[in-house]
Amino acid sequence: MARTEKKKDVVIVGLGWTGSILGMELAQDGLEIVALERGHDQDTVPNFQYPNMIDELKYGVRLGMMQKPHNSTVTIRRDVNETALPYRSLGSFLPGIGVGGAGTHWNGLNWRPQLSEYRLRSYVEERWGAGIIPEDMQIQDYPVTYDELEPFFDRFEHVAGISGMAGNVKGKIIEGGNPFEAPRSREYPMPAMPTTWDGAKFAEAARAAGCHPFPSPGGIASQAYVNEYGMQMGPCNHCGFCERYGCYNYSKSSPQTAILDALKRKPNFEYRTQADVLRVEMAADGKTATGVTYYDYKTGEEVFQPADLVILAAYQLHNVHLMLLSGIGQPYDPATGEGVTGRNYAYQMNGGYTLFFKDEHFNPFIGTGANGMSIDDFGMDNIDFGREGFIGGAYWRSGQTNGQPIRSMSLPKGSPSWGAGWKQAVGEWYGHSMNIGSHGSHMSYRGNFLDLDPTYKDPLGRPLMRMTFNWNPNDIRMTQFMKSKMEPIAASMNPTSMQEGFKKEGAMYDVRPYQTTHNVGGSVMGADPKTSAVNRYLQAWDKHNIFVLGAGAFPQNTQYNPTGMVGGLAYWAAHAIRTDYLRNPRPLV
Amino acid sequence: MKKLIRVLGVLVVLGIVALLAFIFVPVQRTGPATQLAADFKPAKGQGEYVMRAGDCLACHTTEGGKPFAGGRAIQSPMGAIWTTNITPDKETGIGNWTLDDFRAALYDGVTPNGTHLYPAMPYENYRKMSEEDIVALYDYFMNEVEPVSNKVEETKLAFPFNLRFGLRAWNWLAANYEPGFKPVQGQDEQFNRGKYLVEGAGHCAACHSPRNLFMAQDGIDDTSKAFLTGGEIDGYSAPDLRGNNSASQKWTTEQMAAYLSTARNAHSTATGEMMLVVRDSLQYMTKEDNMAIATYLKTISGGQLLKQAPPIEVTETEKMLTEAKADMPLGPRLYLDNCGGCHFVTGKGAPEIFPELDGNSLVTAKSPKGLISVILHGAELPSTADRPMKLRMQGYDNRLSDEEISALATFLREGWNNQAPAVSAADVKAVRDLPKH
Repeated sequence: MARTEKKKDVVIVGLGWTGSILGMELAQDGLEIVALERGHDQDTVPNFQYPNMIDELKYGVRLGMMQKPHNSTVTIRRDVNETALPYRSLGSFLPGIGVGGAGTHWNGLNWRPQLSEYRLRSYVEERWGAGIIPEDMQIQDYPVTYDELEPFFDRFEHVAGISGMAGNVKGKIIEGGNPFEAPRSREYPMPAMPTTWDGAKFAEAARAAGCHPFPSPGGIASQAYVNEYGMQMGPCNHCGFCERYGCYNYSKSSPQTAILDALKRKPNFEYRTQADVLRVEMAADGKTATGVTYYDYKTGEEVFQPADLVILAAYQLHNVHLMLLSGIGQPYDPATGEGVTGRNYAYQMNGGYTLFFKDEHFNPFIGTGANGMSIDDFGMDNIDFGREGFIGGAYWRSGQTNGQPIRSMSLPKGSPSWGAGWKQAVGEWYGHSMNIGSHGSHMSYRGNFLDLDPTYKDPLGRPLMRMTFNWNPNDIRMTQFMKSKMEPIAASMNPTSMQEGFKKEGAMYDVRPYQTTHNVGGSVMGADPKTSAVNRYLQAWDKHNIFVLGAGAFPQNTQYNPTGMVGGLAYWAAHAIRTDYLRNPRPLV
Repeated sequence: MKKLIRVLGVLVVLGIVALLAFIFVPVQRTGPATQLAADFKPAKGQGEYVMRAGDCLACHTTEGGKPFAGGRAIQSPMGAIWTTNITPDKETGIGNWTLDDFRAALYDGVTPNGTHLYPAMPYENYRKMSEEDIVALYDYFMNEVEPVSNKVEETKLAFPFNLRFGLRAWNWLAANYEPGFKPVQGQDEQFNRGKYLVEGAGHCAACHSPRNLFMAQDGIDDTSKAFLTGGEIDGYSAPDLRGNNSASQKWTTEQMAAYLSTARNAHSTATGEMMLVVRDSLQYMTKEDNMAIATYLKTISGGQLLKQAPPIEVTETEKMLTEAKADMPLGPRLYLDNCGGCHFVTGKGAPEIFPELDGNSLVTAKSPKGLISVILHGAELPSTADRPMKLRMQGYDNRLSDEEISALATFLREGWNNQAPAVSAADVKAVRDLPKH
């Protein structure tokens, strides 16, 4: 039976990075806030504590920190002619669950997009003309400039606790940093982490090839750190258990280390776990939300939580799902190109080389999620799209993240995959390989989108969300370009052998191997309500008291890991709500 | 002969009269230390602030219970002393107490009907409190605390400690000084404010001073040599705050103040009872007051502000841990496997988050009970305004055996620059067998 909770000023759906940020910011205005988290509560101790957490089988292989497809998943197809089937076994991407969300199990890589990326369509049209944009490509400008966002990127980096070396402070290029980054107003809050031998080797080769290597920036503490909320991190010990794990050492940037204990002190903030939001409820006139209805797993009942302001702060897939279930924005229809919710789903185009060195010892058990050296010489700002025949770019990185025995046994092609031969190969090659990764952009297309599945429902009766997604020639050309540039640099390091892993023409999306949990788009921000679901303040165009956070706002995916942008946009939206919307609730655009 | 018997008889009678008088003649109650103006009114919030300074809440409230309703057992060598209900409830609390009654409890340790309080109530120290603070505190309890009807368990200590009148004699030894606080001439206001808080409401000496033969605090102010030179509470060592290598000497005044406000600083973190003191009392003190306390401690310890950090020398322990040879003994090996990730081979940890183990007073305490307890059960820092994170060290009770913990604790007590006696497996077992708090 439904019960109704006491009305709040604000209800936040999801208590990960963006939910924590919005909770903390809005709590400072004295608003009564409740955050609803579908998963369990968790904290460094006891949930991530040593040595229980560093169990590769439980968390790395059996994905103990991720959502269970039985409870929540999507259906997937590669084009509209296929029948989508449920994603029953997590592979390609790994949505998390529980307080802290994906912010607990990420690798910590933290970036700001390059300058061209905020106004991509205009940038391309100005330089090369609209003619080079493929007919089915739906790239758009962000409705906000880098200069407007800069203070909020800065804020997030200092809250989250990012280690790195600045390459461009207020236009001044700094030797050793990334000379191609957008100008930042000040240094990173912590010095860069030291790199391991693979990163050092790569940096040397890249430098010899005329590139500009710099330490990879990441939410891994290089020293003891206290942020503006008084929250703390301790220096990392390079144990190599970042991605797929919670950090037992208070060293990885997460809502737990950066925000939550400070937020929990606020008497006007509360959060409820095992509260799975079913839909956003609307007023009779359809112009505003009245609150949300959630399923309370603790009592087994539906609960209506009235609120004046609804913040969707779940993972990108769940935010879009909730919008589709609640009628926020017109659902996107690829046949007509009309509709906005679910439009411009995009992903990431990655590739790389593995190099084997008979006589090198890489000690792969020393690592961090954001370890190593990167280059941005092949970033979007630096590529002549007209000449190369694609739109996009990538950053490269070399730096081992872990030496875990089950999943981190790179073997030369042709090695037996089991038995005595496999053991012999492992004995021969463990600790003797390194990778160079190309982390590439992914554009948005008419045929890649999200909608509701007509067939499959979850245990709470909601239709599953359906993902229609496949690789596109433009991005394949981008990644093949990266291969052509990386091959000579890798070869210059004289490995015993090397092998590539780049997608080739005709590659079809395969949901089985892990690729990346950088699902973006579907609730895109824009200047035009016909092609975006939310305005420049992440406010739903059609229902002004709903704000939609997260990577769903990206009109296409950037060449970087999304968290820096997600955090920056969260502070940007929080600022608009605090300084403008609360005084006079209305459509801000 | 007859005369002798008569004299003896008179003496016996006199003795009996004296004894009866000792038992039954009401104790002379101490009046105000200073006369306040007739229209004196405590400032808003002053009473609550004094309550925090005196940490009344901590003892007079059970875990999760109604504030000040009493009923918490304070363990003493003579048995459990149950704290009383000090809410303004008229039947079970102090609702009928006058200001004079209230002052007598704080100054003389007697209740309105003349019953002596056990000195678990630190009236030895509260006797230093100013009349202004007493009035403010009284006003707070009467007007701002919710009355709670809660009849608490009666304290029943074993004979002869159940004869409370005996405390009258004890008080002649322990609490017979002039009430109120006298600032030291020639010291500045900050020193004297710190002294007032430490010696009076803060009752630091209750734990940090040794006890004399009569279980009284060996020194309630800095004119006594033993004052704050370290004591014991429930088998745990409360560190020396004045001697060589005490925190007051080694830490800067700012670092000490940060420790008091947030339970953490560049060197260490507060555990056990001190963590509770920060949680319930010190974090509510103003920055100025915690600086005053730190300044006072720095001054009476004779400590100098270090102009620069001492040079870092690579210790034998660090070398051994870095080399990590296969034949390394059990203690250091366990350290690398369980502790080194945060506290590092240097034993220096990291500021405000991973406490130093080299030179840590908990590690080298006379009683290893605190160290063993932290290894077994971990520790949690309180959430404070400046440092809201409830930093937790996990416990190792389900991972390490008594023998292993004894090897590890012994290593810690002898490692780096530490020099403290070894710990036995029996020591560990004794702590493991204690009921968990």
